[in-house]
Amino acid sequence: MVPAAGIDGQGVSKFLTPRAGVTLVVAGLLLYPLVFTGAFYRDIGVSFVLAAISASAWNIVGGYAGQVSVGHSMFFGLGAYTPLLVYNLWGWPPLLGIPFGVVLAVALSIAVGTPTFRLSGHYFSMATIAVAELIRLLASTWNFIGAAIGLQGPATARGWWDLTFRGELPYYYIFLGVLAVVLLTTAAIERRRFGFYLRAIKASERAARSLGVPVRRTKLQALALSAAFTAIAGSLYVVKTGFIDPDSGFGILVSVQMVIIAALGGAGLLFGPLLGAVILVPLQTATNSWFGGGGSGLTYIIYGGIIVVIARFEPGGLFDLWHRVVPERWRRAHVA
Amino acid sequence: MVVVQVIVGGLLLGAIYALFSSGLTLIWGMMNFINFAHGEFVMLGMYVALLAVTWIGGGPPVFGVAAAVALAALGVAIYFLLIRHVARGPMLAQILSTFGLALLLRYSAFYFFSANFVSLPPTSLSGTINLAGIYLPVAQLVAGAVAIFLTMSLHMLLTRTTIGSKLLAVAEDRTAAMLMGIRPDRMQALAWGLSAGAAGIAGALMATAYPWSPSVGETFGPIAFVVVALGGFGSVLGSLYAGLIIGLIQAASAFWLGAIYKDIVVYGLFVALLWFRPQGLMGKA
Repeated sequence: MVPAAGIDGQGVSKFLTPRAGVTLVVAGLLLYPLVFTGAFYRDIGVSFVLAAISASAWNIVGGYAGQVSVGHSMFFGLGAYTPLLVYNLWGWPPLLGIPFGVVLAVALSIAVGTPTFRLSGHYFSMATIAVAELIRLLASTWNFIGAAIGLQGPATARGWWDLTFRGELPYYYIFLGVLAVVLLTTAAIERRRFGFYLRAIKASERAARSLGVPVRRTKLQALALSAAFTAIAGSLYVVKTGFIDPDSGFGILVSVQMVIIAALGGAGLLFGPLLGAVILVPLQTATNSWFGGGGSGLTYIIYGGIIVVIARFEPGGLFDLWHRVVPERWRRAHVA
Repeated sequence: MVVVQVIVGGLLLGAIYALFSSGLTLIWGMMNFINFAHGEFVMLGMYVALLAVTWIGGGPPVFGVAAAVALAALGVAIYFLLIRHVARGPMLAQILSTFGLALLLRYSAFYFFSANFVSLPPTSLSGTINLAGIYLPVAQLVAGAVAIFLTMSLHMLLTRTTIGSKLLAVAEDRTAAMLMGIRPDRMQALAWGLSAGAAGIAGALMATAYPWSPSVGETFGPIAFVVVALGGFGSVLGSLYAGLIIGLIQAASAFWLGAIYKDIVVYGLFVALLWFRPQGLMGKA
């Protein structure tokens, strides 16, 4: 039997936080687009950073607090729609729509979390799916936001503030900055009382409550923070693509992407989403180009298979596997 | 007269909803476990029915039984290969296991059967009958009646037989049941077989009356959530009533608001239930 609290964030981050490891990751991320200058590789790089942002945002509530949302696309979509909505309505630069998206996402997270966090974990997952689907259906019938066709952004930039660039490089570094903010926030949470609350709730809600953890409030705060970051990820996505429709904003596959990336790397671990994204984003690009346009179905067969295998054999993700498989002595040599 | 037609049509569809939702509620009642792939089980039942008709031939009894047996076998296999190992593990594994399964089954169906809509070739259930001015497709009438009969049978099985008592004993207290000489693993496997079998035969019944594509599971899954939430988690009889109500609401909203709103109304109802009666939704848990 798998112990419920088997994923020990402390133990893993202990051998990853050494300055050397982090410096290596940071340097790699900073230098990547300068080494791989081809548009194709830079595009993969941007997709990677974006996927890592949204999966890290999901990780706060889904990984650390163990509240498995499979409807995070509702926050992503809100963040994606507002920048283009303010542009289409008033001609504002999309940048100014981002705060609206964050506020709406936080409000929605409280509306969804308040009733569902009273119930068991399965119920929360079920509710997040239903709410995300409801919003997707409403978005595809509501003409104000373009219904099924969606919204279009500025075709050419009127100034830098439109954030519409020709090349991939500016996007890459802006997104990387946001990823750094999300990860630094998560790292700060990890060490604070809030982070211990979250892990206590994940291990056993009843035990956490009996020890005086304000369970519902903590879960709500985690969901709100996660929703805010997810909305920002949605905004960045739309700033990059300049286009949004109900499926690419609120579709269930958007949520699936966040869950699978975090879970593959290691849910509830700081660098879990990064590891997941580094494997899955190139894999997705590869399957799409191998199997052509019709390959997206195959991509999701692979996704489904990966999710099932993780759930069955490695609920702790690849970091957990590494932790168990790599011999103790070898690891100690590298930590020291 | 048109109103009566809408009501009867809604109730007949609702009967099928009740049948597959009773499978979802059974698993919840037994193991506190939500099967996110339940809608996909219904979808697979529809394709098994189609394959049975094209390969074996024969009438509705043949493909109905084929769908039930195939899905029951799949349910038992999934229990032993997957569910048994995650059921008492971390919440993430519990939810991801069937959620990943849903993706796997849905997109495999897209891959093998293409995204096109299909329907069963004409069967002995084709045609309509005129019941005092209401025109009803025979297929819908038979499918609805069979679905109600089967849901009631499942309820009887759980409440009136030794097998049912054993199932409930395992649900109540696994260890105590074990001490009484009941093997929890077998009982839970049986529950998964019954649950998936119910979904499969509901799919076969649905296939007689409606065309479908691999994406129907995406609709049936949430419908089953709503029915189970309305009827009370773990109650088969509750899901029968709730299924009929949801069918009725869907038919009415499709008729008066337009077809696109029938799903919006169902999801909206679910969210409303969540807000206003969450305590009633916990059922036995």
